[in-house]
Amino acid sequence: MTVQAQKRSHLLNLVLIAVLVIWMILAAFPFLWTLWGSFKVEGDFFSKANWANALTGPLTIRETGGSFTGDGYHGAWIKEAFGLAALNTMIVCVFVVTISLTFGTLGGYALSRSTYRYAFWFLIIALIFRAMPPITLVSGYLPVFFNWNLWGYLPTAIVVLVAINQPFTLWMLHSFFKNIPKDLDESAMVDGCNRFQAFRHVIVPVMWPGVITTGLFSFLLAYNDFAVTAMILSKENQTMVPKISSFLGTTQTKGNVMFAVAAVVSATAPLFVMVLFFQRQIVSGLTAGAVKG
Amino acid sequence: MLLRKLTLAVSLALSANVAFANCGDISGTVSIVGNEFPAIQTVAKGAAACASDAVEVISNLTADHQKINLAGMQGDPAEYTTAIIANSSIIALMNDDVIRPLDDLIAEHGADIPKSNLITIDGKVMAVAFMANSQHLAYRKDVLAEIGVEPPTTYEELLAAAKMIREKGIMENPVGGAYKSGWNLAQEFVNMYIGHGGEFYNAGTAEVAINNPQGVATLEMMKALTEYMNPDFLTHDSNATNAEFEAGNTALMNMWGSRIGVLMDDEGAEEVVYSNVAVGGPMTVGGGTTPATTLWWDGWTVAKNTSDENAKATFMAMKNGTSPGILNDDTMGEAVWMIEGYSPAPVNAGVFASIKAGAKPYPMLPYHGLLHTALGDNLSDYLQGKESAEQALADTEAAYTTAAKEKGFLN
Amino acid sequence: MKHKTFFWFVLPSSLAMLLFIFFPIVSVLIQSVHVDTEQVIKEVTNCGPFGCETITAVDQEATQALKRENPIGRFAGFTTYLDRRHLAIDEVRAAWSTSNGIGSFIKQLVNLPFYKAMSFTLAFTFIVTPLVIIFGFIIAVAVNSAAKWMRGPLIFFSLLPMLVTPLIGALILFWMVDARGIVGNALQYLAGDPTLSVKASTPLTWIMLMVYGVWHSAPFAFIVYYAGLQSVNQDTLESAMIDGASRWEQIRYVIIPHLLPLTTFIALMQLMDNFRVFEPIVSFSAEAHATSLSWAIYNDLGGETRQLSSAAATSVLTILGICILLLPVLVRTWRDFTRK
Repeated sequence: MTVQAQKRSHLLNLVLIAVLVIWMILAAFPFLWTLWGSFKVEGDFFSKANWANALTGPLTIRETGGSFTGDGYHGAWIKEAFGLAALNTMIVCVFVVTISLTFGTLGGYALSRSTYRYAFWFLIIALIFRAMPPITLVSGYLPVFFNWNLWGYLPTAIVVLVAINQPFTLWMLHSFFKNIPKDLDESAMVDGCNRFQAFRHVIVPVMWPGVITTGLFSFLLAYNDFAVTAMILSKENQTMVPKISSFLGTTQTKGNVMFAVAAVVSATAPLFVMVLFFQRQIVSGLTAGAVKG
Repeated sequence: MLLRKLTLAVSLALSANVAFANCGDISGTVSIVGNEFPAIQTVAKGAAACASDAVEVISNLTADHQKINLAGMQGDPAEYTTAIIANSSIIALMNDDVIRPLDDLIAEHGADIPKSNLITIDGKVMAVAFMANSQHLAYRKDVLAEIGVEPPTTYEELLAAAKMIREKGIMENPVGGAYKSGWNLAQEFVNMYIGHGGEFYNAGTAEVAINNPQGVATLEMMKALTEYMNPDFLTHDSNATNAEFEAGNTALMNMWGSRIGVLMDDEGAEEVVYSNVAVGGPMTVGGGTTPATTLWWDGWTVAKNTSDENAKATFMAMKNGTSPGILNDDTMGEAVWMIEGYSPAPVNAGVFASIKAGAKPYPMLPYHGLLHTALGDNLSDYLQGKESAEQALADTEAAYTTAAKEKGFLN
Repeated sequence: MKHKTFFWFVLPSSLAMLLFIFFPIVSVLIQSVHVDTEQVIKEVTNCGPFGCETITAVDQEATQALKRENPIGRFAGFTTYLDRRHLAIDEVRAAWSTSNGIGSFIKQLVNLPFYKAMSFTLAFTFIVTPLVIIFGFIIAVAVNSAAKWMRGPLIFFSLLPMLVTPLIGALILFWMVDARGIVGNALQYLAGDPTLSVKASTPLTWIMLMVYGVWHSAPFAFIVYYAGLQSVNQDTLESAMIDGASRWEQIRYVIIPHLLPLTTFIALMQLMDNFRVFEPIVSFSAEAHATSLSWAIYNDLGGETRQLSSAAATSVLTILGICILLLPVLVRTWRDFTRK
């Protein structure tokens, strides 16, 4: 990138900075607003009287005595044991990402290297599989899971999420593997490796940018999933998103919306650390210098 | 009947002190599925008091209970030995024949369950109710005093009051209502149509018949009300409607009895709002005598596909979970309990007024869920002024008929 | 690659998809050509806490007997596909013959649930998909040109629209665009109309949903492009520079061709996801103004009485719709594939 930097004109720099600034505001403003609001009471944060209440917080002052309150956090983490849901989410995410990527790299690699037509049709069928709306899939699972006594457990949710995510993972990794030149593994095979050894020793070291990115999506899918986890996990195995949705109330009863807001904010902090960490991984894959096209 | 029972209960409340956790000699598994609001949590906790070395009590309380209870009871043996349901949702379980008649269990172990709580269908007890709910008027005392009007008892009076409030410049959109397109909007239609004395079906059949003068009058009244509502009314569920009220933007609304408590507490609103909240009875409409509202109960059932041992354990545990023993200072305000020892608070006056005024229960018909869905999908076009009332009703009927054919109710 | 090697490499994926996607699709196909057995109805007396009444109920004995004869229901062929809630053949024909112009025909057409859903779904798909690709690319180039130490935080904040669970994210945005919310107020100020309400108007609701769609999905295109930019061949870039290529020419002749397979991938995924648009409609309570096929499925399954056959037929129509939509992209992929 240093090469480009030398050539960049001032005007271009300005444009790029402007794009970044505008985008940062658009992307981050709602979150920062939420962060601020999570320390207010519901009457202020979702004020139907005046939007400025969310900034000044008159009801927060009247109800709690201070301009900021930790009630939402206290309610979510202490009263409602949100930590358990966070732990369940962590388990689900770790397994979904690991299994998805293991299956996906093997399959995606094979699809990118096969020259037969069935590889193309395999990809197309996977794509058609992905077109199936997930809610229909889940409602089809329910009777079977209940009958075989599989309903409610974390492993069931993990396997389902891996399967639903497989078409996406395959497609994405296939696209990345296609960018890794064939000469690399083929020359290794000429040197006497079999296909798996070539994959293991030549491809694996250079595949990380693609794998990390794909892993990020698998992670987000598992982390943010509502359709699957809400329907097939029992109460004690609940993950974060269904738990958050349970704070929202129903037609006939009021919920604790501020618990939900506080839970969302506190669930975002670990993601920050994770993104910072893996950002370096993506770049390190590049600086290894192995990618040539 | 219920009213008498409850008044009696109030007088008994001080003297009666029933022993807790009287579960009898039971063994097996009790597995509960139900909604998750506090009252149901209390019931599940009461049922869990029956847990012992021989009895395992598990509960899965979630807002999505209706999506999983049927599948969870269809297996053999059923995952859930009991589902906590309401008068609208028991239908799905009845239609698929997954809950068992309770007559023998009641004869043997349930003599102390109040007769009025037994839900009898075709002569067989299928569920035991434990709490009631209903929509009724909630209003701002101070605003009505300012315009010098008594709390409305009919929708026509409500419209007149709304007009005065707007003309005096007190509020721009004084009427609130849960008119969100979908379930809420359909619910309001059902209320108002019943208030107009309409019948939903040709007698004894599943053929819908709402495209009639009562149907049109219902829609016209709903439209007249929306003129005094926030223009976003088609996105307002009961959460949003309550939030509008707490923000002091509305003064009159038809609201669930179970949601009045949070309006009256000192959270979420200015003092002038929460100290002036008052409840009235349900309103009538178009000169009718039947209130334009519906009565609801929540109750428990026992699964068919479970052993007699589990069924008995479930019955005893749920009976204990809805026994007077669960009532204390904390749980008393959670619902309008239909349990001996319950003493109603002022917030519940509206639900009692609905019962007293002879409001009808929400229709417990096997195909009514289909009509409810069809209504929710097709009425918003009329309220937005995109089509005529007749067209909206014709669309609803056509949508219902298509669905009812698919489900085998019509040929 | 040898057939056998290929088989072992794709086996785990294939098994997972076979069990959890293929079999359910088959069962959905079967479900969609069946309807429930006839429900025998009888009059009964029901009693409860609010008194007794005579109403109708399902005659369980008679109905269960019929069900035992036909456990998967009555075979109905394509009836469900052609009924009013789906393709509505009869209604469309009637509308065609009674309408006195194309305008009134379209008006009658979008009054039918399937075509109402399609009109929004298609508009959403064709407006949001290209915008997501364009914005994603621009952001990726911009982030990629930033100093290294800044990139971590920049990536994190760029991903935020995707990271925050839509359940709450949309709730907060929904409040913001309320007439009394911060964005709603700003819009009223800009438009000079104090009564402007985004939620009460159909065109504004459509725009709001589309803006949300772009905002929510742009990070997806961004991160894929960003990862792709990391593997741009530096040698090619350098030699292009030595040849005197301007920055624009570098982008045009080196970077864009390099990112083309990724663009195909993003386009495929976005076309598909946008065609299945669902979450924003529910989160923004927009059912009165905009519906989609996925929403129709949700609506069929979410009522007190679940309509499985109807949901199954809509699911199959969704898959068919996506196949048609993706055809151009697939033909392209096919050409790429046969070329190698």
